[in-house]
Amino acid sequence: MTTKEMTSHVEEALSRWEEHTLRPALARMPERATEFTTTSLRPIKRLYTPLDIQHLDFERDIGFPGEYPFTRGIHPTMYRGKLWTMRQFAGFGTAFDTNKRFKYLLEQGQTGLSVAFDLPTLMGLDSDHPLAEGEVGKCGVAVSSLEDMEVLFDGIPLEEVTTSMTINAPAAVIFAMYLVVAEKQGADWKKISGTIQNDILKEYIAQKEWIYPPAPSMRLIVDTIAFCTREVPRWHPISISGYHIREAGATALQELAFTLRDGIEYVEWCVRAGLDVDAFAPRLSFFFNCHNDFFEEIAKFRAARKVWARVMRERFGARDPRSWMCRFHTQTAGCSLTAQQPYNNVVRTTIQALAAVLGGTQSLHTNALDEALALPTEFTAMLALRTQQIIAHESGVANTVDPLAGSYFVEALTSEMERGCYEYFEKIDAMGGMIAAIERGFPQKEIQEAAYRYQQAVDRREKIIVGVNEYVVEKEPIEVPILYIDESVAEIQKERLRRLRARRDNAKVQRALDALKEAARGTENTMPYILECVRAYATLGEICEALKEVFGEYQEPPF
Amino acid sequence: MGERKIRVLIAKPGLDGHDRGAKVVARALRDAGMEVIYTGLRQTPEQIVTAALQEDVDVIGLSILSGAHMTLVPRVMQLLQEKGLTDVVVFVGGIIPQEDIPKLKALGVAEVFLPGTLLEQIVRTVRESVKRPLEISE
Repeated sequence: MTTKEMTSHVEEALSRWEEHTLRPALARMPERATEFTTTSLRPIKRLYTPLDIQHLDFERDIGFPGEYPFTRGIHPTMYRGKLWTMRQFAGFGTAFDTNKRFKYLLEQGQTGLSVAFDLPTLMGLDSDHPLAEGEVGKCGVAVSSLEDMEVLFDGIPLEEVTTSMTINAPAAVIFAMYLVVAEKQGADWKKISGTIQNDILKEYIAQKEWIYPPAPSMRLIVDTIAFCTREVPRWHPISISGYHIREAGATALQELAFTLRDGIEYVEWCVRAGLDVDAFAPRLSFFFNCHNDFFEEIAKFRAARKVWARVMRERFGARDPRSWMCRFHTQTAGCSLTAQQPYNNVVRTTIQALAAVLGGTQSLHTNALDEALALPTEFTAMLALRTQQIIAHESGVANTVDPLAGSYFVEALTSEMERGCYEYFEKIDAMGGMIAAIERGFPQKEIQEAAYRYQQAVDRREKIIVGVNEYVVEKEPIEVPILYIDESVAEIQKERLRRLRARRDNAKVQRALDALKEAARGTENTMPYILECVRAYATLGEICEALKEVFGEYQEPPF
Repeated sequence: MGERKIRVLIAKPGLDGHDRGAKVVARALRDAGMEVIYTGLRQTPEQIVTAALQEDVDVIGLSILSGAHMTLVPRVMQLLQEKGLTDVVVFVGGIIPQEDIPKLKALGVAEVFLPGTLLEQIVRTVRESVKRPLEISE
């Protein structure tokens, strides 16, 4: 049968079914709603058939894992070869506290580290800065100098673990601290591996922890990427992140499209700086969110790989197949979790984690059930990790590659995501690129609009959130114990900084900071200068301040 | 007799950049007919209270997800006292552990909204809580 014959055959069969089976059924019992939509409010049809995927060519669009366009996964054997990395984001209090939590997680079978820094660190401020008051060690670990970083990784051999660090505006400085700790451990920079998030564009768009204006921020990112290709070849110098874009309220499609368009922006800047695309593209990595809507999320991940592969091959002319691969970390959606009946969050996280695995993620963080209340306790952190281990070893989903390929629904949704992405790319390209789009508030406004529409749908109970707008209880049946960070963390940090500033060679610190400023004014790579500052025990705040003198500070335009 | 619009200041104190909640709430209050001023990110308690004074607001909504609420909220409340803004009603929204809620209320916070609170509930609570008279004689 030719495709055309097959199509007309299915069309006929479908009309017959609609007439003889569906219509009487609807007459007897209408559907629960006039429209069914995803979490992102995307309308979903009643039934998908071969007609919805007739535009697809198996080899061109779906194909084989480990081969272009990688729709089915970046590795030929996927989880049969190696399970995803179970990487739980952790960090709170002092470096001493977090070092202890890291060791606990490693003992529980976690396979990679992921550092959460506190807000002052994310903003490039030392723990003793006036604006840091009340924030030290709260959302993550406080790291103000190399001394803190030494404590954070004490007893953890950096050649043997991989470490992901969620740090953006001051990423180059924190990375330099990690490299110097490795150096002091005697670890070879050529052998250490991990990731720095280092994605400033999504900060302007969603997370909003910025320091410098776009151009110098992009320069620092290009510097770290260029430095890594030469000196730390196994490191991922950037993790282009949709997670925060989604948390800010974006739809699944907006998350995907803005993140991949950010990726395009970084590649353009690196190429413009003279880097060969195949020299750095294999080390780019991505970070996505995974929300509740199971199939939409899976489609998003499959589309991400397909779109990125085409962008890298066709838009940038990359020739190395590793440059075409969209490798990514996933975190389940913090914003999907509820403060009400928090134990329900375990179930939400399980569904989301399953979607991430079926979407072919390379590593995964599962949120703890108390995320909407505070940072996880040791118990809830363990339960979150166990969720992944159960999916890996008991559910059977890791036994075969991309098991949902060929599903009429999943393939149709994957195509919709793909098309939607290119539409957003066209709009943003027409504005002059992502930085121009950010400056006119385009992605920000799109996200705000989506966040508001979603909240209205919840308010009108068009979207049911169990325990929030339906199945509500007056009194919580079980109390959740909370991890508390008190102000003693700030006191300890202040005292450590006071002693450090008294003990170190302050003239040497000043010389290193002056040299960095000089380099920042020119066009040289700033990384070697930042490393010198760190080795001299200049603090995070001092280094970021020095760069601020040269680069200035970003002010968000009102819109 | 007419009624003037309720004036609300939505503020993000501290270093936290998560402004989804603040912006959604600001828009809902605006859609409900209130006059809403959003301070933008990373405002100190001093800046917030100064803005409240200048904008002559009935209500301040503080959005905090960073865990710094027990440092930032007491300072805002104290500054309001000092400036004599005792008829300004203060709400807090964000990630606030259960056991801190009575402490915040003891400081004079009218209500604490946790993740999952419906907009209609926020709008209703804000409307019912305003202390200053809304009637204007023509």
